[in-house]
Amino acid sequence: MTDTMILDRLNAVKPAEERGAPLLEISHLRKEYDGVPALRDISLRIDKQEVVVVLGPSGCGKSTLLRCMNGLERIQAGEILLDGGVLTTEKTDWRLIRQKIGMVFQSYELFPHMTVLENILLGPLKVQKRKRKEAETAARVLLERVGLYEKRTAFPRQLSGGQKQRAAIIRALVMEPEIMLFDEITAALDPEMVREVLDVMLELARSRMTMVIVTHEMQFAKAAADRIVFMDEGEVVEDSPPGDFFVKPKTERARRFLNIFQF
Amino acid sequence: MRDLGIRVLIEGVNLQRLLLGLAVTARIAFIAVAFSMVLGVPFGILMTRRNAALRFLCRFYLEAMRIIPVLVWLFIFYFGLARNFHINLSAAAAAVLVFTLWGTAEMGDIVRGAVTSLHRHQYESAHALGLSEVQLYLYVIIPQAARRLVPGAINLTTRMIKTTSLVVLIGIVEMLKVGQQIIESNFLKSPTAAFWVYGLIFFLYFILCMPVSRLSKRLERRWQS
Repeated sequence: MTDTMILDRLNAVKPAEERGAPLLEISHLRKEYDGVPALRDISLRIDKQEVVVVLGPSGCGKSTLLRCMNGLERIQAGEILLDGGVLTTEKTDWRLIRQKIGMVFQSYELFPHMTVLENILLGPLKVQKRKRKEAETAARVLLERVGLYEKRTAFPRQLSGGQKQRAAIIRALVMEPEIMLFDEITAALDPEMVREVLDVMLELARSRMTMVIVTHEMQFAKAAADRIVFMDEGEVVEDSPPGDFFVKPKTERARRFLNIFQF
Repeated sequence: MRDLGIRVLIEGVNLQRLLLGLAVTARIAFIAVAFSMVLGVPFGILMTRRNAALRFLCRFYLEAMRIIPVLVWLFIFYFGLARNFHINLSAAAAAVLVFTLWGTAEMGDIVRGAVTSLHRHQYESAHALGLSEVQLYLYVIIPQAARRLVPGAINLTTRMIKTTSLVVLIGIVEMLKVGQQIIESNFLKSPTAAFWVYGLIFFLYFILCMPVSRLSKRLERRWQS
């Protein structure tokens, strides 16, 4: 594959006709920690190229929901489907699924003994067994896109929090996932670094990457989301377009939650 | 002129014999250390697994190695096996075996400590990338744990080198035993020989252990920067 082909593939805005087909479907998902329910009965559908922002007070189960989507948590009941295939059987090979589902966490989770580039190439080379040259080109294209190419030989400890999170996003993106999950990835950042990470996510949203984002950045949610899912006490309380949710929330719980952010 | 005991060291083949003794000590120690370092890694990883039965077995083995003195283990493997099961190990083989079993247990505990000190997120993000269990340990966990277990591993190595002096009790003539023989055979002629012979042995043990701790310092410095 030539460089330009890789570049085209990575930079391509996905065709609009794919839009609207379900990509990830969750039905009646139940998750308990030692008998205490964390997610009660979640049903949710995420369509291709859709950006869904999950909001809710801390402890409402939004992070748990994301972790269930990636098989990091065992679930007690319910079903998760990716592209129509059931993920929640005993035989599910999560290694394969996780290549299609990229995830970025709140805490900086780059591998500290590897350079930025080594971090990014680990998945493509060892998991996907791609050719080094092709993977390096893909990494370069993506690093340039987020302005980190000069930092490719740096170790994580030499980076700022914002740079680390951008690198972590690239590490997930280089696997060419079908959907990206973001778990409060700006929550641990200094305020002046939040923006640079949000910008990367916003750009991804514009290139029609399918995304599920857990965040507390309300302005960002308004700008990026196609849909807001509001959760409280392990349930989906509201599921509506951002215009509706922020202007006239349907439930009292959502109103109370939004009021926290008003001064 | 009054006799200087130091002459004992250069008389006849005394120095040669001491150095041969050093070689015996070094051989047993380094073979056992090499096996322990290699086997200790999988053993340490086993100790971190959640399976309760497995954890109990590992714990039992570690504690058995710790509580029962190495000397007793040497007797068990050299005399005990021969008497009760007619397995006749050579003294050197028994020594290497016992020191390896002990070293593996101790090394395993050091590896366990290093592995569990890594943050849970390292496992999760490796899983999220789709790494298999083996790849997770090979590329993420072991390289990071290695940096943390160097001080403990070096400490264990020098301890093992020094403890090899016990093998004389199953009939292996190593450096310390050679030294005692030299002292005894020169007892009347030069009563101060003990000082010089033990002095040299001290120095030889130092030569054996020093490169190991120098290596650890260098590794620590390299991984720090």
